[in-house]
Order: sequence, then structure tokens, then C-alpha cells
Amino acid sequence: MKRLTYLKNVVTLKLNEEKCIGCGACVEVCPQAVIGINGVNRAWIQDRDACMECGACNRNCPTEAVSVQAGVGCAAAVINTMLGREPSSCCCTLESCEGTENQGKTSCC
Amino acid sequence: MSLPSLNQPFVVGVVETPVGTVPQISSALTWRDHWGTIKARWGVGRMDYTIEPGIYALGNPGNESPVLVTANYKMSFDRLREALSGRNAWILVLDTDGINVWCAAGKGTFGTEELLHRLILSGLTKIVTHRELVLPQLSGPGVAAHQVKKLSGFRVHYGPIRAVDVPSYLDSGLKATPEMRVKTFTLRERIVLIPIELVAAFKAVLLILLAFFLLGGLGGPAGYWANAINYGLFASVALLTAVIAGAVLTPILLPILPGKAFSFKGFITGILAAALLLVVRHPDLTLWPGRLETLAWFFLVPACAAYLAMNFTGASTYTSLSGVKKEMRLALPLEIGAGVAGLGFWLTSRIIA
Ligand code: SF4
Ligand code: SF4
Repeated sequence: MKRLTYLKNVVTLKLNEEKCIGCGACVEVCPQAVIGINGVNRAWIQDRDACMECGACNRNCPTEAVSVQAGVGCAAAVINTMLGREPSSCCCTLESCEGTENQGKTSCC
Repeated sequence: MSLPSLNQPFVVGVVETPVGTVPQISSALTWRDHWGTIKARWGVGRMDYTIEPGIYALGNPGNESPVLVTANYKMSFDRLREALSGRNAWILVLDTDGINVWCAAGKGTFGTEELLHRLILSGLTKIVTHRELVLPQLSGPGVAAHQVKKLSGFRVHYGPIRAVDVPSYLDSGLKATPEMRVKTFTLRERIVLIPIELVAAFKAVLLILLAFFLLGGLGGPAGYWANAINYGLFASVALLTAVIAGAVLTPILLPILPGKAFSFKGFITGILAAALLLVVRHPDLTLWPGRLETLAWFFLVPACAAYLAMNFTGASTYTSLSGVKKEMRLALPLEIGAGVAGLGFWLTSRIIA
């Protein structure tokens, strides 16, 4: 089955090729296969629109070559923030609603 | 040093180690474990669905057995041990406040700091001779592998996303295939999320249903209760249909519904639902009350379905915060506007009837 993709050209993912040492940590940890390693052993963004801004690549990059504004793509969390409530009462996108302590506070998870 | 209590329902024995008596667990789940999973999926008793953090022995591990790390959310723990049937391994459970790996990594509770802390508390350096850890890939947003290595000497290997792939990952010498690294969102994965969406939606709409039912009694043409049963009851059914369209049909049909934005997909199922309701209701479209009532449901049902579908972004596995914000900037005002307009039409249709 074709992979589902979300809106185009919105994500905040950035890669600084000069800082990259080609260790591949970002490739290993990305759950959306967004980043690849090219012929000259450097990271490159192969599928930008698939990025869900989870921040795993950024967290695991030893040289801070890859950066992203990490956040959770959850409407209920955004609404909570707008209403001045705890934004993290929604938390989950991948394992999603299988387990949060905040059940019931939001219609999300 | 602190070891988990032996007095937990899933502990089947003990394993003696240089740091003390470690609880032994089995990969066979009991009916009690399965029942807990079902309850958690429906949002019952999730608050205390936790296990004690620390080191556990699966089977009879020795000082060279692999160490797998997980969260102290019971379902994460169960999925892992279930997958490792017939194997010997150490399972290091982090204290994530009973939250699953992915959510906890996002919050930072499944993070570098907790991992380093738990490594020390568990005495793992005395239990195993190697310095390798297998973490779930989905803990990546919380754990910085290079820092763990620097500060503890343990090398972090990110295992596959799904627990069922862990055995082949271990057998291939800690190599994951590209398929194991990509998070999918299959029909089955979407369906298991529906109950929790429904429970949340029902909690929110129950009072609204009651309000519509009682307001339905006002106006003509019959007496209060006859009206309530005619218009009010239909209003309740219409809203329930909207909930089904937004929180059940949209997730199921997600890949085949047009558009990228979830609210648009929900809007489409909402329009279809409203059309279906119209066929069932068969209002008198020659008169204004019937026309207005019909119009009202063509606003209210899609608006409500679109809103609920938009909320499913939180459960989906591929939406980014930037994308959700962009979607909401357009969708939220439309949903609220359509909701208010629909309510206005409906109330007017009741008053002029
Ligand atoms: S933020 Fe997450 S999804 Fe996006 S590239 Fe990094 S690891 Fe991949
Ligand atoms: S983790 Fe950083 S240094 Fe390593 S390949 Fe990715 S961008 Fe390059």
C-alpha cells in the first residue's frame, strides 16, 4: 500500500551538510524514512513531506547537523494550547492513543 | 540499588544475580494481561496500568544475554515479552509514568536522563559483561544515543519499531531492515484506535445530545414531548451519525478519502452522512421548516465530522505539528462557523414550525 502523506511543504526540518559527518544516526532513528545517506557519505533529505517533526534525528545527531522544531501533530493539543491548557495533554502520534495518563482531557489521546 | 518487587501478578519466578534477586517473567500472557489490554484500549483503568521500573529477567538470561529497554506502561512491556517467546533476555523498564514509549519519548520521560539513572539503579554493569542496549526505535525523540555512550559507556542500538520484529533483529546481529524502521498506519492499526476516539467523542457530545432533544420540543407543530420525540430524537440521531462519520468512518477510510487534510476527509464523510440522513428523514422540502432543518443538518453534520476527523491527527502516525497548525488555521474557523450557522438554521426551523 502507498504510504499516507500529509500536507506538502510545511515541515521545519533543516540539514546543514557541512556539519554532517555521515554517521547515519538520523537515518536509523527516523520512523518515516525521511533521511538517506548519499554517495559521498552525507545525510540528505529524500522525502521531506513525510517528516512528522518528531525530533528523533535532531536528538540523535552528534554534530547538530540536522534540526527540526519538534512537536506533536495533534489538533487537540493545539486547541489545548490555544485555550491555555496543558498542551502535552495530547502526546502521542505513533503509538498514539494506546496509553496516556491524560485520557479524557482531550478528544485525542 | 533497587530491584523491582517480586510481588507483581506477572512475575513467575526469580533469577539470582550479583546484585540480588531479580523478578523473572515469562513471554506467555495470561487472560488477565489480555483483559488489561482490552480495558486500556477502551480507556478504562489506564491510569494505573503501570509496572515497577527496573530490571526483569525474561526466561533464564546470563551475563551475555541482550538487554532490551522499554517503558513501564504495561502494554508496551507485554508486547515486548510476548514477542520474545522462548528467549532469554534482560528487560530494563524505565519509569515513564505508565506512558508508552512514543509518548514518553516526546515528553522526555523516556529520555537520556532516565535511562542513565535506571542503568545505575539496576546495577546492570554487574549483571551483564557487555555494554550494549537495545532501545525501541520510537524512543528516539527522547534519547540521545551518543550522550548515553559518552556518559555510561553503553552503546544504544535502536531496535525495530514493532516488537514482533525484535527476534529477527536480534538474530541478524542487531540489523533492522528498512521496513522495520518505518512506521505504518494500516487498517488494523487505525481500527484499534477507534474505541478511544469514540469514548472521548461521546463524553463530549452527550450533553449536547440532551440539549438538542430538549430544545426539539419547543415550537410547533405538535405538543412539547411529541416534538421532542420527532425533532429532538432525530437531532440526537443526526449527531451520533456525525460522530460515526468523523471518528469511525474517516479513520477506516483514511487512505481512500480525497485530500490530505484530515478535516477535509471528515467533511466528505460528513456530507455523505448528511445525505443519508436526508433520505431517511424525508422532510417536507416544500415548506420552510423542512428546508431549514435539512440545511441545518448539512451544516452541522459535516462540521462535527470534520472536527472529529481533525482530532484524529493526534492518533495518526504521520502528521507534523506544522501541518496540523496549517490545517487548523483554515479548518477550525470553518467548522465553528458552520456549526453556529447550522444551529441557527435548526433553531429557526423549530421556532417557525
Ligand atoms: S523529525 Fe522525525 S520524521 Fe522528521 S526527519 Fe527527523 S526523525 Fe524523521
Ligand atoms: S546524525 Fe547528523 S552527522 Fe550523523 S548522518 Fe545524520 S545529520 Fe549527519
